[in-house]
Amino acid sequence: MEAVNQTTGTRLSKRLRRQRAGRIWGNIFAIAVFTFIYIPIAMMVLFSFNDQRTNYYWNGFTFEWYKYLFTESDLWGYLVVSLIVAVASVILSLAVGVLGAMGLMRFEFKLKKLISNSLYIPIVIPEVVLGISLLMLFEVAHFPLGYWSMILAHTTFCIPFVVIIMRGRMAGMDMSVEEASMDLGANRITTFFKITLPMLVPGILSSAFMSFTLSIDDVIITNFVTGPYATTLPIKILSMVKVGLKPEVNAMTTVMVVVLILGILANSVVQAMLKKRASANKKTYF
Amino acid sequence: MRRMKNAPAAATAGPVSIWMIIFVMAPMIYVFVISFMTRDPYGGIEAKFTFENYTEMLQPLYLKVILKSFKLAFYTTVICLLVGYPMAYWIASKKPSTAAKMLMLVMIPYWTSSLVRLYSANLLAMPNGFLNTALLKLHIISEPLNLLYSDTMVLMGLLITCLPFSVLPLYSSIEKLDKSLIEASKDLGARPVQTFFKVIVPQTMPGIVGCIILVFIPALGMYYVPDVMGGGKVMLIGTLVKNQFLVTKNWPFGASMAILLILITLAILWIYTRFNKLEDLEVV
Repeated sequence: MEAVNQTTGTRLSKRLRRQRAGRIWGNIFAIAVFTFIYIPIAMMVLFSFNDQRTNYYWNGFTFEWYKYLFTESDLWGYLVVSLIVAVASVILSLAVGVLGAMGLMRFEFKLKKLISNSLYIPIVIPEVVLGISLLMLFEVAHFPLGYWSMILAHTTFCIPFVVIIMRGRMAGMDMSVEEASMDLGANRITTFFKITLPMLVPGILSSAFMSFTLSIDDVIITNFVTGPYATTLPIKILSMVKVGLKPEVNAMTTVMVVVLILGILANSVVQAMLKKRASANKKTYF
Repeated sequence: MRRMKNAPAAATAGPVSIWMIIFVMAPMIYVFVISFMTRDPYGGIEAKFTFENYTEMLQPLYLKVILKSFKLAFYTTVICLLVGYPMAYWIASKKPSTAAKMLMLVMIPYWTSSLVRLYSANLLAMPNGFLNTALLKLHIISEPLNLLYSDTMVLMGLLITCLPFSVLPLYSSIEKLDKSLIEASKDLGARPVQTFFKVIVPQTMPGIVGCIILVFIPALGMYYVPDVMGGGKVMLIGTLVKNQFLVTKNWPFGASMAILLILITLAILWIYTRFNKLEDLEVV
């Protein structure tokens, strides 16, 4: 009896030991992957402090470029173009995409299958193909290249993501409250604004975030539909890359990363507070 | 009366349908048509039917570019799968709150200008950059490695841009894994390797194909990666397509190469839909 126990004991400890070893190797692997992903960012931040007109090698530490960025730099104008294009595309793609997700989920109509499948085209085909096809469209339609061509292009590649995210959220939702609202005498439009839309807010927020990040960093498609009078920050950077990036650009992107991380932290703090308040409320009720 | 009944469907699905027809389907058809036309001497398009744009691709110069693109995209995809899968598995094995943080860590670089990240990776590989300096100091090499503007650097660039994309679809399908099936497989005496290939891999197929679609296909078309990492010396299909439209103005030839890229994409999707539903594809 004891012998049996002993063998299962050693087998168990062997299994545990193997598990622990696996966990350690897993962590080492993950750290290696994170290192690989973060080395370019570390270099980016480091070279924003580089004392050189154009970044080629490390030449000493300076704060000059941050001073330059906040006083003389013309990069902010390009960032403003990027932001205008991104915000407009987010609004447009949400309007078309959220409604579209509802329509595609609830109604049967001719071409439904075709439209539903066509949503995957912008997601799966190489961006360069979508870029040239949109350029051709604007040329044929004699549509001027500028703000609107960029906004229309960005909206086109954002809509599919909005529809797919929203469709996923709607599938997991109880929509009987909508029927209840209509039974109680509200019309479809009132029901949409008072019942459906509030329920969809989390999905809308994540679609908006997704669309915004896709739009703000797009290079491949924007490069085809950008105009002479309006250029986004990534396209400006693309034109600078050929002759070498100034540390000013590194300083700009570093500032943007810091803002992004602060935003993420602020968001998680707010979420935690909301959760705490929700559980506190529960306590008072029960 | 009938019209009123269709009003909600038209109001909701109408805009998205019209948008997809105007901005996606019509231009694609136009690209297809143009690919059979002739370029006129002024860089415009002449409505003369020809197969020449497709046969031109068979020229050794272009064939070499196509083959190299395939090779680099293939390596990128294999490495992304080999690194991304265990990474996604590792994240999925953490408790939900930790997993969310780890995913965030994977995504932050993806929200940072990819051009600046690529250029910064180049700085590391400069002849007098940190990598060469370190290797020289450690006496591993006796003279600086000439890494800059090589195929290896383009591959590195593709990995830097694509790796985050590969972790996400893999993570969402690994997270959905039915753990009881893994237990059942173990209880029935399967070795871990058997369990992995017979139970885990088939179940996570939507994520694996999602990863291939998010890595292999973009890698063929990402023209700025060879531009920055290859310094104009390395050319891939994407660069070729871009140049036909923005530099040499040979739209019909560019269109025929775009059609080639579309056919490759469709082939991968077609294989996928033999086994799974399009709606299950993990791409978001």
